[in-house]
Amino acid sequence: MSSIKVKSGYVRALDLKHGHVEMAHGSGGRATAQLIEQLFVAAFDNAILRLLNDQACFPSSGGRMVMSTDSHVITPLFFPGGNIGSLSVHGTINDIAMSGAQPRYLAASFILEEGFPLIDLKRIVDSMAEAARNAKVPIVTGDTKVVERGSGDGVFITTTGLGWVPDGIDISAHRASPGDKILVSGFLGDHGVAVMAQRENLSFDTTIESDSAPLHELVAHMITVVPDIHALRDPTRGGLATALNEIARQSSVGMLVQEEYLPIRESVNAACEFLGLDPLYIANEGKLIAICSPADAENLLTAMQAHPLGKHAAIIGEVIEDTHCFIQMQTRFGGRRIVDWLNGEQLPRIC
Amino acid sequence: MCLAIPACVEKLTTDNHAIVNLSGIRKTVSLALVENIQPGDYVIVHVGFALQRLDPAEAERTLAFFAEMSSLDNQI
Amino acid sequence: MKYIDEFRDRNLALQIASQIKSEADPAKHYQFMEFCGGHTHAISRFGIVDLLPNHVEMIHGPGCPVCILPVGRVQTAISLSHIPGLILCTYGDMLRIPTTDGMSLLKAKAAGADVRMVYSSIDAVNIAQNNPDRQVVFFAIGFETTVPPTAVALQQARAANLKNFSVYCNHVLTPPAIAHILQSPEVRELGLVQLDGFIGPAHVSVVIGSQPYDYFAEEFQKPVVIAGFEPLDVMQAILMLIRQINTNRIEVENEFSRAVLQNGNLKAQQTVADVFELRRTFEWRGLGVIPYSALKIKAEYADFDAELRFPIEERSIADNKACECGAILRGVKRPQDCKIFGTVCTPDNPIGSCMVSSEGACAAHYRYGRFRDHQSSISARV
Ligand code: SF4
Repeated sequence: MSSIKVKSGYVRALDLKHGHVEMAHGSGGRATAQLIEQLFVAAFDNAILRLLNDQACFPSSGGRMVMSTDSHVITPLFFPGGNIGSLSVHGTINDIAMSGAQPRYLAASFILEEGFPLIDLKRIVDSMAEAARNAKVPIVTGDTKVVERGSGDGVFITTTGLGWVPDGIDISAHRASPGDKILVSGFLGDHGVAVMAQRENLSFDTTIESDSAPLHELVAHMITVVPDIHALRDPTRGGLATALNEIARQSSVGMLVQEEYLPIRESVNAACEFLGLDPLYIANEGKLIAICSPADAENLLTAMQAHPLGKHAAIIGEVIEDTHCFIQMQTRFGGRRIVDWLNGEQLPRIC
Repeated sequence: MCLAIPACVEKLTTDNHAIVNLSGIRKTVSLALVENIQPGDYVIVHVGFALQRLDPAEAERTLAFFAEMSSLDNQI
Repeated sequence: MKYIDEFRDRNLALQIASQIKSEADPAKHYQFMEFCGGHTHAISRFGIVDLLPNHVEMIHGPGCPVCILPVGRVQTAISLSHIPGLILCTYGDMLRIPTTDGMSLLKAKAAGADVRMVYSSIDAVNIAQNNPDRQVVFFAIGFETTVPPTAVALQQARAANLKNFSVYCNHVLTPPAIAHILQSPEVRELGLVQLDGFIGPAHVSVVIGSQPYDYFAEEFQKPVVIAGFEPLDVMQAILMLIRQINTNRIEVENEFSRAVLQNGNLKAQQTVADVFELRRTFEWRGLGVIPYSALKIKAEYADFDAELRFPIEERSIADNKACECGAILRGVKRPQDCKIFGTVCTPDNPIGSCMVSSEGACAAHYRYGRFRDHQSSISARV
């Protein structure tokens, strides 16, 4: 296409195949409106969003509400099993769900880098829309900004969620008490390894996919069977080890985990052996940790295993008294060790 | 220490390299430091290099030695 | 995982453990040093201490090339990374090591330096090839195991006539360090715990073979068992050491026979000999200056030596006086004996070499074992 002088204010049709994000798309003018209508509203389509107001207005059902927000930055943007779009929907849904609440509405805010291909943006937005539809949690409001080339990393997405907690549910990470059982909902470390495999300087081949998934339906099912779940947490960044340490500190307890009961795929273990990483510190995006009284543990386990996202759930250990809040692990080998807080980001090692 | 792990050579590629497989994780490694590697061999991999061919007979011998110890113990 | 999982079998471990218990003479106190961080890591990660009777004690040696690298050399690498246009490549292990002023390569990167983590030495050569108008320095560290890959990288760089690639060589050698622990002048000052035997390195020995350890058996009258890095290998090596002592034998035995030959990997050794020669002296953090304990790039490869290409001043930076690493590495003290262990000195803020990587004695105890300091009884004991 040759460069044609266009009248100021004139906006060409959005070229979703060959176009790129331009500064104008964030200026608040017609280009912004066009991007919002032709891309975001078209994909996320729902009655509230269609009104094109700057806010979403909806009825509330009373009771306790839960709100959570999460910013998503990830390299690479596309990985086996998902992309930054689906991840940003699942991440916030899961944060809401970990209180026992049912997520109802999402807001999404985009920071786009000038020059980012619209075709990739469309893929991301479409997968967000699909994730939201499948989860039955609509994206009802949002915002878009564009930063100059070099000031961003393609796309950053912040999602905020709102949900309602059913009556009688009191789930919080300070409620773990000695004797409680610790459960996880399935294989650990899939997301982190799938993402790492895509980074060019580590290049290894694997069929492992990210476990990115919305957990609210699993949680809803769990609380119908065991309403008195004490604590829930999704072990994302920092993996199982970090999540357990956080709960232990919030509840001022220790934990004893049995290595042999940890569900970890052999291929995830193998990737960790290659890179000198510990699977306990690798991120998950579709797993949860549940803590409940010993009397409820077997029922909760059966309930989790009956749900597709909890098929490989397992009881992995118990809460113990410990003023130091140590997470100890009985190794498969028969010894014991601490599972400490992660120090810094896990980096591949050669020694 | 030096992090190195045994992986199975799946196929030889160009430039004296090979693809190794460890439980579904595949990686290309250099064979510049070893000789006469064939597909099916296990090699010790360190920083992207095969350092040595693993001797399966010796591995069996070591494992048999552990097992012997356990049967010995059962008699006590 | 074949050749890994079999060597982590719990039942076999318990059997070897009970064998160790029945063969170890209760009247004796056995003290063995595992030189290598790999063994320290296996001992901590699998909780092997819990499977050993109290009178069989493991002392963690200095065998981690990250820990023993003097801070001055890390600082030099950081200075190199600040040279405009230069790309500094190194292994992930080196990125977080703090210098005395709290800098690290990761922080230098955050401040704008082009520091890149590589998985292999060859990746650094490729980066040089893809960036012909920029200088690329590979900050090389490691024991004998990691030297041959660096040598291959240098050979390739020379074959490709690369003008923009050089190596900042920090490769060190295992046997001189073991000898130093047994006979350095500091031993007189700090004392030396009676070491009854050594567990010899696994992957270092894959390259150099079992033969170099004969010297320790003969000269220092210490039994050596070369062992793999899997936990059963370590347990078996401990049992073999106990048997040598109980039968008054002093030999080099090879438990890791599946990968270690008597003469090692000759092709790798030749590659190394083509590129490297001995350095007269090299400073080891925590141990001090050790003669002929490191490698430098040969004159034929001088064009690829970052120490010649760039103005680099040798800097020696002493560790904090409170640090007891010298005594810990010789088995005279334990990490928890250090006054600042776990308070000032933690893995997030390492003050001495033993806290730097998870294989250092202090870091291993902090990360994996410190619950034992707070517990009088451990139910898992066998
Ligand atoms: S705790 Fe830190 S300062 Fe103390 S001996 Fe260990 S490394 Fe040195």
